[in-house]
Order: sequence, then structure tokens, then C-alpha cells
Amino acid sequence: MLLKHTTPKEIDRKALTINPAKTCQPVGAMYAALGLHGCLPHSHGSQGCCSYHRSALTRHFKEPVMAATSSFTEGASVFGGSANLIQSINTIFTVYNPEVIAVHTTCLSETIGDDMTAIISKAKDDGFIPEGKKVIFCNTPSYIGTHVTGYANQVTSFVKNFSTSTLKKKNVVNLVAGWMEPSDMREIKRLAKEMEARTILFPDFTDVLDAPMDGKFHMYPAGGTTIEEMTATGDSKFTIGMGPYSTEDACIALENKCKVKFDMVDIPIGLKATDRFLMSLSRHANVPVPDSITADRGRLVDLMADSATNLYGRRVALWGDPDTLIPLCEFLVSMDMRPVYVVSGTSGKLFDVRMKEILKDIPEAKFKSGERADMFLMHQWIKQEGVDLLIGNTYGKYIARDEDTPFVRFGFPIADRSGHNYLPKTGYNGAAHLTTQILNALLDHQDRTCPEEKVEFQL
Amino acid sequence: MASYILTERQKQVARSGLETGQMVCNKPSVAGSVSQRACVFCGSRVVLYPIADALHLIHGPIGCAAYTWDIRGAMSSGPELHRMSFSTDLSEKEVVFGGEPKLKVGLVELIDKYQPKAAFVYSTCIVGIIGDDVEKICRQIAEEKQIPVIPVQAPGFQGSKKDGYKVACEALFQLTGTLNLPVPQYSINILGDFNLAGELWILMDYYQRMGVHINATITGDGRVDAIRNAHNSALNVVQCSGSMIHLAKMMKEKYGTPFMHVSYFGIEDMSDALYEVAKFFKSEELMSKAREIVKEEISRLMPAMQWYREQLEGKKAAIYVGGAFKAISLIKALRLIGMKTVIVGSQTGNADDYEVIKKLSDEDTIIVDDSNPVELSNFVKEKQADVFIGGVKERPIAHKIGIGFCDHNHERKEALAGYEGMMNFAKEIHATVMSPVWKFTK
Repeated sequence: MLLKHTTPKEIDRKALTINPAKTCQPVGAMYAALGLHGCLPHSHGSQGCCSYHRSALTRHFKEPVMAATSSFTEGASVFGGSANLIQSINTIFTVYNPEVIAVHTTCLSETIGDDMTAIISKAKDDGFIPEGKKVIFCNTPSYIGTHVTGYANQVTSFVKNFSTSTLKKKNVVNLVAGWMEPSDMREIKRLAKEMEARTILFPDFTDVLDAPMDGKFHMYPAGGTTIEEMTATGDSKFTIGMGPYSTEDACIALENKCKVKFDMVDIPIGLKATDRFLMSLSRHANVPVPDSITADRGRLVDLMADSATNLYGRRVALWGDPDTLIPLCEFLVSMDMRPVYVVSGTSGKLFDVRMKEILKDIPEAKFKSGERADMFLMHQWIKQEGVDLLIGNTYGKYIARDEDTPFVRFGFPIADRSGHNYLPKTGYNGAAHLTTQILNALLDHQDRTCPEEKVEFQL
Repeated sequence: MASYILTERQKQVARSGLETGQMVCNKPSVAGSVSQRACVFCGSRVVLYPIADALHLIHGPIGCAAYTWDIRGAMSSGPELHRMSFSTDLSEKEVVFGGEPKLKVGLVELIDKYQPKAAFVYSTCIVGIIGDDVEKICRQIAEEKQIPVIPVQAPGFQGSKKDGYKVACEALFQLTGTLNLPVPQYSINILGDFNLAGELWILMDYYQRMGVHINATITGDGRVDAIRNAHNSALNVVQCSGSMIHLAKMMKEKYGTPFMHVSYFGIEDMSDALYEVAKFFKSEELMSKAREIVKEEISRLMPAMQWYREQLEGKKAAIYVGGAFKAISLIKALRLIGMKTVIVGSQTGNADDYEVIKKLSDEDTIIVDDSNPVELSNFVKEKQADVFIGGVKERPIAHKIGIGFCDHNHERKEALAGYEGMMNFAKEIHATVMSPVWKFTK
């Protein structure tokens, strides 16, 4: 038993997080920055932070993840990190030559109180920022919020630094991507193209974190939202934010800065969330949903109907980020499954409100977000009464093994399986893929563990 | 010098046989470089992590605990407490008003629940800055709970990973000498093996077959009481140049325990590791048993390896690993399977290490300290390497360039130490170098 220390009885904890269902802001900021073309993320702190975030992202995507660090020393912690950042900016433009450096702070640089605006403007005055290049920053203190907050802050920083209104509105809809996989974005872009909607997606990880292998190392892969596109978002006629936790701040900033109104939808995971996304895009881009997409939907519903008896009443435990958990739980409920335990280290009222609504017909459901909403709590709940399925990141594998429960990997990080950045979970096709994964996990387990006389050719 | 090498770094790159003069190393990374290095906290955490019956509580914001949760396959034969992730998860309130109360409550809760043999409390970057007196709290709780509660002062900014090793050694040194149990005559401690993929158990088997008693394993499959009793061993056998040498030196000074350096990678080094221990004890019996083991293992290994050698003859390898000592062993191990090393780098090597590497390497081998992806990919291109041996961040870079990769770091899945490790190594290199996938990249 890997987690032999977990007891069914919930211990009363006042001050501890055990086996977290979250991580810190900077990794989210680093991730989001990779979705801007020609951008080098820069971690303003000790070099360990940068190393950890790069490792975490590398393990998840199995792709090179480039980022620089201010490499704080004892001196920097006493006198401030100004000299380190200025030297960094100089080094980066001299050697790595990106279009943009996206600086994010860390707990250390925040605690010692580095004034980022002042430092960057000094670097500019000293001539370290070449003509046409840009250094942007966002504050991501690790002791506030989670990795999701860091992601949201970086995306908002894109808007603040680039989005520009020329007062000539274009027939374009901005799509602000919440924390999702490159595969999910590729599917969303495909849907938009099929609808003939003109869109700008940001950030965009396609061809960055799912880059094809061509025998060369590309410091800046081909993908990512370009600076021109990011600038043009200020002239778009509308914005659709996908996932309020990771994109609402950016949408608000864009509305304030460039008067682009927005609609907030969930990340299109599952049938209903995809319906809502497509309706919003159809309305605001003023394009109909083509038959081809309606047919995708029909195929999904067909699969759901065929699978209904195998999914009915199955108890599911989930953990991860609010923006994915909300539509995911809604989808499970649409399939007559029972999401009974839901945990997110990222707190917020919205999560509680939405979960309450989605889980209203499942009285036994428990959910918790924020402090001490961790994997240890989740495991204690499972020990009290087991579940049929686990859905979440790789950190669930210990529970899956100890409790012999089928497990579908979803979220960040997934360090022990491949394919999440290639095969989408968004849109109707993504939902079909997800449904298949769930079915396979449940039925594989059933075939392996049921009495021999119950093994059947047809299920 | 090539344009992709930072001016400040030019003396950290050399070519064997072509350039004289000492390599510059032990330098902090240039600010702004895409360094592959980590921090003090990381160094201390990876070293202490495998102590399986201790509580490891990370005092700081959540990240440091999240990123080091179950990070290396350091196997335990018993307790698994080390695989849990415990954090005080500091929030803004504590950053302003101090994290001491939270730490205190958390420590008490954990010790009561898990009854560990000892507790390590890691201070991360901001703990010193916000002024928490972690040492005082550790003293208080140790008194109250009657177990060792050891502060690990590991703010990341105080240096690189290597400095963290030293911090870990100091923490371990607080444990040694606090328990006195009798040990057999030929007792050694194994320092600097972390039991990744069960490697320690392979070594222990050889030593035990020789008649040598393993007292404390520091820290692979580590136990608090064994470490407390470590000073009663006759000898410290130290692997890996960086991580444990500081503890060995301190133990020598305080308890007079002598130490020796060994490496368990490759046939030569593994055999030497056994012979040297026998020599130390001046025992003919141990020596003849060691010879027997070596003979037996080699006669089994060599014929099995022959086929791999034939396949791999003339292939070229690039090495970029944490410690230079490992790099040295790898050069030798690669030779054994017919391969040539064309690039050798480490994150934490010192001047002496690099001199040894220079002497050992063929002419015009690139030798590099604290490298980055741009340099590494250019070196690989220039030298036409067939395989890259490194850690997590190098793997996808190697694959993108279209060459094989072998993880010789935390993520290794097969034991690479000892004679059977050599066999695994040959298989792993063969699998990746000869993979048909590389035919499709060009």
C-alpha cells in the first residue's frame, strides 16, 4: 500500500496541506507565456523555481520547455533583484534573441519587494531592450492563489501590454483559452474554422507544446499567438473567455482597455459546455453552426446512448482545476454518472456555486476547494465509501492502485502517460474521446476483476 | 569561440587535448541564461528525500512541496512516509505576520499522526526573509515530542543544488552519533546512493556476499536509527563527488571514521569499489571473496554484452549530468560497449573533476560546465552524437534533434549500478540508439 498512512477517519487539520491538489503561481505564468510566439518566459527568482517549472512542464508535455532565470543569490535577497533582472534582460536579448521576454515574479522577489515597472524601465533606459523588442511582466507571488492564478495573470499581462484599439473594429472574435492542452486548442480552432468564424486564439500552444519532430531544436517553435495577432485583439468586435478562473481577468482588462465586450463560457468539455461555446461563437461571429459540426454532436449523443447502461450510477472522484472540473462534472452528470467527490486546491466562490448547481441531484456528493482541499482529504473520503472511477492528474495513481479503482488521467500534471497533448478533450469529438477513455477504464477493470463465469464476449 | 556560447561562459567550455589551462567552474549561472541547474532547496531535498521513516515537512508556499512530491524513484524496503508531500502552504497572511504559528501547529499535528522517527523541516526562500525562527521551533518540538526535529536551512537563493547537498549533510550530521548500537567488525556505511530503481540493493548484495556488513545506507532506503548509529561503522564508502563528501569529511573529523570514494557504474569502477573495501579491512578473506564475485559476475556479463558491443561499436555519446563523478564513470562504461564520448558536461563539477575528464577523454572532446539547451544542441550537431545521456529537461531536446536518450538521473527506471546495471545500461543505450524511429526523422 503506497498510501498506507491514510485513515478513513478525517483528521482535524489546522495548518497543513498533505499531497496538494494545486501548485504555485509561477508555473502557470510560465506555461501561458509559452503560448505567445517568440516569447521566452523568465522567472525572476532563485534558479530552482525555473528548474522545477521547466521540469514539471517538460514531464507533462514531453517537449522542450525553454525559460530563463534571474538566478538570485544571497546578495539579491538583501539588495533586491534589480541588477539580476537587468543583466538577465541583456543576456537574453544578446544570446537567445526572443521577440518578447515575459517576466514573472516568485515568492522571493515579491517578498523582497522588487518594483518590476521601475526595473524594466531602467533596463530600457540603459539600452538593454533592442528596438522592436518587448519585456512584459506579471506579479505571481507563490503565496497567493495557485498555478491557475499565475496563468490568469500572465494572460492578462498579454492584454495589458499588447492589445491595442485603433478604433476600427474588425469582424473578429477573440477566443481566450483557459488552462487546456494544445490538442484542446487545435480542436477549438478547427471548430471555428469549420464555422468560418474569424478568430484570434490566445494563448495558443499548438505547434509549441505538440510540435512535430523535424530533427532540429527550435528555441522558439512555429506556433503561438503572434504579437501582431495579440495587438489586433483590441480591434476585435467581441471576446469569448473559456474558463472564468483562467481568463476572466484578461477579458475584463480587454474590455476596459479597448472596449471589447465579452462572454464568459466554460472550457468546452462535454456536450452542454460545447453547445454553449458554439452558440456563443455562432452568435458573436454571426455565423451558423454548419451541418458537419451538428453531425459531430449527433455522433457524440449516439455514443452516449450506446454507453448509457455502462455509465449509469457510477460513482466518480475528481480533482484538478475549477475551469475543467466544472464542465467535466456537468458532462458526467449528463451521462448519468455520479461525481461524488470533487476537490480543487484552487479556491473561489464560483466553484462552490456551480458545483452546488451541477450536483444538486446527487445528495451524497462532497466537494471542497481551497485550503486543505487536497489529495489526502480526497483519499479519506474514498476510504469512507469507495468510488468506481477516478479522474484527475497523475497524483491520483497511488489512490488508484491502493483502492484498485479505474483511473482516467485528466489535468496537470500528467507525467506517466502520453497523448494528452495530441488527443483533444474539447468539442464534441473531444467529448467522444473522453467518453471512450472512461468506458475503457471501467470495462477493462470489470473484465479483469469480475468472476470468470461473468466474463462475456459482448458488453 | 562559437557565438552561441555566452561571453561570460567561454572559460566554462573546453576541448580536451587542444586547450590547456584550468576550466572555470563552481560559478553561479549567468543571470538570464536558460540554466539546467536547480537551487539549494532542491539539492537538500533530493539528498534527504529517501529517508523513509522520517517526516519531511516543507515550510514555504505550496510550490516547493508540490514539485518535490515523489520526485525520484528512491525505493524503500519498509516505510513509505517519504513519498507523501507535506507543506505549511504559506499564504499571504503568514508572509506578512510570520509563519511560525502555522509551522508549530503543523509539526505537532504531523508528528502525532505519523509517529515518525525524526522530522526534517525545510526552510524555503522566503522563510528567512519573513523572519521565522525555524531553529527555535524545531528545538521546542523536539523537546516536546522527544524525537529529533532537524531544521534544513535551504533557501534557494543561497546557491546551486550543490550547496544544498552540503546543507543536507549538515542536517544528517546532527543525527549521527546520537545512538550507540554494536556493529560487526567489517561494517561500512554506504553514502551517496539513493536506491533509484533498487540500485542500492544490488550493491548491498555484493558487499554482503563478500562478508561486509552494511550499517547505514545514506540515504537510499535510509532509516533514522541507522543514521544515528552510523558513526560506529569502520568506514564510509562514498559515491558521487558532490552530494555526500561533506558528511564523510565531518564524520572523519568528529568520529575519526575514514572514508573512500567509489563509483558503482561500469565494470572497472564497480570491481574497484569491492576491492578497495577489502583492502581497507586488510582482510585476505574479504579480498578473495571480492575476486570471486567479480570473476563470477564478469564471466556472466561479458558474453551477454558482446552482442551489444558489436552493434554499438563506433557510436557517439553526449553526456550532461549533475555530478562530474558520474560523468567520469559513464565515459568508461561507454567505452566498454564500444562507444566514444564526444561531449561531457556536468552541472556541479569542480576543477579537479574536469582535469580528470580531460585526461580520460579522447582528443577534441567538448567539456562543459553548467551548460544550457542552446549550447548543448549546437554541440550535439557539431559532434554528430547518436545518444544523449542526461536528465528530465534534456530528454525532449535530444528527441527533437532526432537522437537517442538515456536518463541517468532521477527518472531512470532500470538499475544502472553494478554488473547487472552495466547490462541494463547496454540494453538501454542499444534500445534508444538503434530505434527505427530515427530513420523517419531525416
